[in-house]
Amino acid sequence: MARLDLVDLAHAYNGGTTHADLVLKPTSMTWRQGGAYALLGPSGCGKTTLLNIISGIVRPSRGKVLFDGKDVSALTTQQRNIAQVFQFPVIYDTMTVGENLAFPLKNRGLPRAEIEKRVSEIARLLDLEAYLGRRASRLSADAKQKISLGRGLVRADVAAILFDEPLTVIDPALKWELRSKLKTLHRALDLTMIYVTHDQTEALTFADTVVVMHEGSVVQTGTPEELFARPEHTFVGYFIGSPGMNIVAGEVRGREAKIAGHTLALKRSYDSLPAGANIEIGIRPEFVSIAPPRPDLLSAHLERIDDLGRTRFARVRVDGLKLAAAIPPGLTPDGEEVGLTFDPAQIHVYADSRRIEGAA
Amino acid sequence: MTLRLDKVSHMQGGQAFLRDVSLSFERGTLNVLLGPTLSGKTSLMRVMAGLDAPTEGRVLVDGKDVTGLDVRKRSVAMVYQQFINYPAFTVFENIASPLRVQGKPHREIEQRVHEAAKLLRLEPYLDRTPLALSGGQQQRTAIARALVKGADLVLLDEPLANLDYKLREELRAELPRIFEASGAIFVYATTEPTEALLLGGRTICLWEGQPMQIGPTAQVYRRPESLRVAQLFSDPPLNLAEVTKHDGAVVYSDGDKAPADGRFAALADGAYRVGFRAHQLAVADGRPDRQLGRHVFAATVALTEITGSESFVHLKRDGTNWVAVLPGVHEFLPGQALQATLDPGDIFIFDRDGRLVAGPPQE
Repeated sequence: MARLDLVDLAHAYNGGTTHADLVLKPTSMTWRQGGAYALLGPSGCGKTTLLNIISGIVRPSRGKVLFDGKDVSALTTQQRNIAQVFQFPVIYDTMTVGENLAFPLKNRGLPRAEIEKRVSEIARLLDLEAYLGRRASRLSADAKQKISLGRGLVRADVAAILFDEPLTVIDPALKWELRSKLKTLHRALDLTMIYVTHDQTEALTFADTVVVMHEGSVVQTGTPEELFARPEHTFVGYFIGSPGMNIVAGEVRGREAKIAGHTLALKRSYDSLPAGANIEIGIRPEFVSIAPPRPDLLSAHLERIDDLGRTRFARVRVDGLKLAAAIPPGLTPDGEEVGLTFDPAQIHVYADSRRIEGAA
Repeated sequence: MTLRLDKVSHMQGGQAFLRDVSLSFERGTLNVLLGPTLSGKTSLMRVMAGLDAPTEGRVLVDGKDVTGLDVRKRSVAMVYQQFINYPAFTVFENIASPLRVQGKPHREIEQRVHEAAKLLRLEPYLDRTPLALSGGQQQRTAIARALVKGADLVLLDEPLANLDYKLREELRAELPRIFEASGAIFVYATTEPTEALLLGGRTICLWEGQPMQIGPTAQVYRRPESLRVAQLFSDPPLNLAEVTKHDGAVVYSDGDKAPADGRFAALADGAYRVGFRAHQLAVADGRPDRQLGRHVFAATVALTEITGSESFVHLKRDGTNWVAVLPGVHEFLPGQALQATLDPGDIFIFDRDGRLVAGPPQE
C-alpha cells in the first residue's frame, strides 16, 4: 500500500515538446494511501497514458512518479509491485478457480497456509467459494472477469491496484453486483485503487475522488458530489450527469444573466468578469423545470420527451439554444409551448470554460 | 416489406440458440431486441439476414420463402459491435461502397453519401481514413454505410457497446430520428434497459433463445407479464421478495407484515413472489414515516453509491439485496439500520411460476 505522487508529469509519444505534441499536459497530483480513485474521460483524453505511466508501461517524457516518496520512474511494473485488472479476463483456462486466485501469491513465494487464507478470504468476498475447485475454462465471461478481479485483489502487499475499464464487457445486472463488491472490497482491504473508465456511473459510484481528464489535462479533481454540484470546467458539466449540464451563451451583469433575451436572477453577483472572455451560463437539467407557459417565464418549444423509466427529461429549444429540463411529477405538457423555471442557486457562470465564483 | 420468422429454431454444436421463434416485422418500424449475452439476439439477426440458415422453420419476405437464400441476394445491411470499415478507403469511399457495388451513377452517390454524412455528423471527416478517426466516428461511418445502402432490413447488433458513455448517450438520442427518416425495418440488439427506453419503438424481450414478451417499448417496461421480463427490463436490478397472503395479511419472508388491501385483496391465499423497481423504494433514517398504506420494511445498509445527482442505497434483507435509488446525495453508512417503505400500488405480484398475477396498470 502506498501514497502516489505524480510530479510534473508530461508525455508526448512523438518525442516533441510543444503543447500540441503532449498527449498528457504537465500534471502534478498526490494520491493518498488507501484511496479509491477514478480517472474519468472520453477516449483520447490521456487517461490510459497516465495509467500506463503509473504502472511503468510508459516512461514519461518529463516528470517523476513517487511511491511513498521513493522515485520509481525507472522501475518496471513488476518492480513497482502493482496489480492490474484489464477490460478482458486474464486467467489460466487449464487451472481451477482456486489455482488462478492463488497464482499471484505462489509467484511471490508466499507460504502455503497464507496463500490458502488469502484465497479463501477473496473467494468469500467475491462469492466464488462454490467455484474454487472448478476449471476456469468452463465458466462464463462474467464469471471469468470476476476471477480476474480476484487475482488483482488477492495480494495484500501491492503498492496499488489499477483497473482499466474492468466492467465494460459485463452485462448490466452483474455490473451492479461487481461494482458494489469492488467498493466493499476496497473498504475491507484498505488498498489504493485506481480505476480508469469513460463511464461516469462506474467512476462516480466507485471512487471517493474522481479525476476528470479532457484533452490531456486534468480539468477537475473532486468527490462525485462536488463534480455534480460545482463543475469547475464546462467539460465537467457536460461529461458528468445524464443528460449533461445545459451550457448556453449568455450575458452576465451583476446579479442578472440574460439568455435569449430573457433575464434570470442569480444568487451571487458577478461584477468583474474577465474582459473579452467567452461567457456561458451552466445549469443542470435537474434544476430547470418545464411549467405551463406564463408571461414571466422564459418560453420554450418542447421538441421531445426522453422517458428513462424512473425519470423523464424534456428536450426544449429556445431560439437557437437546446436545453434539457426536468418534468415535475404529474405534469403532462399540454402543447408544444412551455415555460422554464430555473433554480437560481444552481446557475453557474463560466468565462472561457472556467467557472467563476460569484460574490455573496 | 414484411419479414416473418415462422417457427424458427437454430442449433449450433448441439446447443439451441433459437427455439421455436415466430415473429413478424413491418416496414418503417424500429424493433429492439432486449436480452442478456447469449439470449439469442445475434443468432436471430443472423437468421434474419440470411447469414445462417435456421435448423428448423422458415424465413418469409412478403410471404415468399427466402430460407437459405444467400445474404447477397437479400436487401440487408448490418452493423456490428466491432467497427468494421475499409481501412484503406476514406470515410467518403467507405460510405459510398455499397452504392458503387450497386452501380449507382456518380451524382447520386455524391448526394446520398453527403446526406448520410450530414445525418451522422461526419461531414468534416469525409476525406480521412477510418484509422484517423475516434471510435465513435468509426462506428458512425459504419452506420452511415448501412443507411446509405437503402436496404429493406437494417440490423444493428449492440452498435454502441464499444463507444464512450457520453457518445452513446448522444447517438441513442439521434438514432430514432435517423430510423424514422429511412422507412426500412430496423432491428436493434441491446443488453441495456435504458437504451431500449430511449430508442422507443417496439421491444422484443429475449431469454434463452425465445421471445418472452413483445410490445411497444414503454408498455413492456411498465407492464412486464413475467418475472423474467421484469428482471430483463430493470436497471438497477429488480428488487425481489417472497410473500405469503394469509388471513387478510401480506407477510414478507422475514416477517414484515401489511394488510392485504389494494391489489392483494383479490388474490387467493398462498405464496407469491413480488418485485418492484429501485426508484419505488423510499428510505429514511430515524423513525419510519408511516405514510398511509405504505409497506414498511426493516433493512440494513450494505453500501451507498453516490453519483452526485442520485444515491444508490444497497440494502441487506433476509439473504436478498435490494437497491433504492434516491434523488440527490444521501450518505447512509454500511451497517446502519433503517426503514424502507413502498407503495403497494407499485408492486408486481407473480405466481410461483413467475407469471404476473397483478401489478400497476398500463398508463
